[in-house]
Amino acid sequence: MAVMNYIDAITLAMKEEMERDENVFVLGEDVGKKGGVFKATQGLYDQFGEDRVVDTPLAESAIAGVGIGAAMYGLRPIAEFQFADFIMPAVNQIISEASRIRYRSNNDWSCPIVFRAPFGGGVHGALYHSQSVEAVFANQPGLKIVIPSTPHDAKGLLKAAIRDEDPVMFFEHKRAYRLIKGEVPEDDYTIEIGKADVKREGEDITVITYGLAVHFALQAAERLAEDGYSVHILDLRTVYPLDQEAIIEAAKKTGKVLLVTEDNKEGSIIGEVAAIIAEHCLFDLDAPIKRLAGPDVPAMAYAPTMEKYFMINPDKVEKAMRELAEF
Amino acid sequence: MALKHEEAGLTTEDLLNIYETMMMARRVDERMWLLNRSGKIPFVISCQGQEAAQVGAAYALDNTKDYVAPYYRDLGVVLHFGMTPKELMLSAFAKAEDPNSGGRQMPGHFGQKSNRILTGSSPVTTQVPHAVGVALAGKMKKQDFVAFTTLGEGSSNQGDFHEGLNFAGVHKLPVITMVENNKYAISVPFDRQVASKNVSDRAVGYGMPGVTIDGNDPIEVYKHVKEAADRARRGEGPTLIETVSERMTAHSSDDDHRQYRSADELAAQKEKDPILTFGAYLKENGIMDDELEKEINDRIMKEVNEATDYAENAPYAEPEHALKYVYAEEGGND
Repeated sequence: MAVMNYIDAITLAMKEEMERDENVFVLGEDVGKKGGVFKATQGLYDQFGEDRVVDTPLAESAIAGVGIGAAMYGLRPIAEFQFADFIMPAVNQIISEASRIRYRSNNDWSCPIVFRAPFGGGVHGALYHSQSVEAVFANQPGLKIVIPSTPHDAKGLLKAAIRDEDPVMFFEHKRAYRLIKGEVPEDDYTIEIGKADVKREGEDITVITYGLAVHFALQAAERLAEDGYSVHILDLRTVYPLDQEAIIEAAKKTGKVLLVTEDNKEGSIIGEVAAIIAEHCLFDLDAPIKRLAGPDVPAMAYAPTMEKYFMINPDKVEKAMRELAEF
Repeated sequence: MALKHEEAGLTTEDLLNIYETMMMARRVDERMWLLNRSGKIPFVISCQGQEAAQVGAAYALDNTKDYVAPYYRDLGVVLHFGMTPKELMLSAFAKAEDPNSGGRQMPGHFGQKSNRILTGSSPVTTQVPHAVGVALAGKMKKQDFVAFTTLGEGSSNQGDFHEGLNFAGVHKLPVITMVENNKYAISVPFDRQVASKNVSDRAVGYGMPGVTIDGNDPIEVYKHVKEAADRARRGEGPTLIETVSERMTAHSSDDDHRQYRSADELAAQKEKDPILTFGAYLKENGIMDDELEKEINDRIMKEVNEATDYAENAPYAEPEHALKYVYAEEGGND
């Protein structure tokens, strides 16, 4: 098994799927010769040619809409948005079109497309290169939203997304791209969309999170372990629709739940997670549900002082964990 | 001198086919208004006045392999592409058997995979990039079909029009975009919608030919769409066609156009009614006489009556059917 960067696992997943199925193709800005601004599509242009690695005009609604048309025809497009922040011009195509094509046609048409985008902060990206946008799409039945935390999950989940019969939004934490390394099987495997994953077994408190924050929680859990606290960590992996069963099981296991996201707090994914726990686990809880998230300001600022203030990190997660453990 | 239709390569049989489809679109539409005004169906949005553009264009395409991404007025287009009056009535009554949506969408939201009619929504112009995507797929798969999409002139102001046509122009894709200019976007007239003289003037910005033609003349529309389709199939790229015609009804059954159009204007447009003018052309040239006209009309009315009765008596979907097909299901469509 090879150890590789998070981004290389994503590239590998696309490469393998394009080799497996000639209907799979990539479209987006700078995905061709340049291999993407983050290099996620590096090598694909040389291997598969300009017809299957399509450099599009700088127009996000067309990236989504043209991809949707190709998907309706029967191809398997992977539409890349350069930054999740720039997906907004395509929201009408994603929500009004992709998410509803199967439903509105009574199962006559379908739209098997993957919308990939780098998201997340801590990279001096300021307001418009740092945002978490998953909550915008997380009340749109018809869509699935996947956010992997490890290279292993990234490869298996992206391959599953490409093979999925419905539109999948696939958000990749851009700071994880070269920060997070891990073992990735060389064989062809997929990970089921809609299933959360226990990343650490523990007995005292439960942390439920996703994306880069999973790693913050794992680091913080190591520190708490030194003081005798055992932390259970559930990685949501699919943030819409949520894996209710796994959430309920993880919450009941310890009775103390910390929910973490780097998105703004109000209206974020973890609010729904809290509601699921409140509905199903009230009498199993030993402490109020605790949330750690970004402040309710539009997005993180450019200046390092303000960026650091906004962004969650292992220290902030550790502090919240300790408070909950000691409750 | 050859007659106009002969120059366009159309036989008298073709003309009668076009006429009959135009008339079918008109009669289905009129029936829907009747049903709406008698309280039997909640909503109608009309093709009336645009049948010549729709059927003339559709007739120039290959309805065994081309794809269409129509907009909500395109009764004439979907009829030629194989949707039946019965299916249209099932849609009007929102019945379970409606092939467009099984009663999920309002009438006018066409879609039928077996006839390559892409499913549509209500936010306008989203279908334009879809047609471009289908054309891109066709080019990748080395197919020789054409993707045909339509919209109103008001919708040509949307970003998706610009993004879609530019994409098609850059990649030289086999897309025909037909703007059915009926001079109004609900109540707002053309000169408050479009800054250029014609919508087709915009084509130059997308590196494709653009032309504005008489949308009341199905032969003229046929000729231009045929040329565009032939060019597209030869790999010579997309075309923008603007047909100018009349909107002979209010925007929809929920609108009253007397609030913003004068009585004179409404009276004048009746003279341009393409059903009448094309019927006159057929008679002037000895292609249709009164007897044949009656025979066609009787045949159509019989089919419309049967379609209405069938749809009215057809069952609705079960309430719980509302939960189905959010995602692919076991034994689904794939």
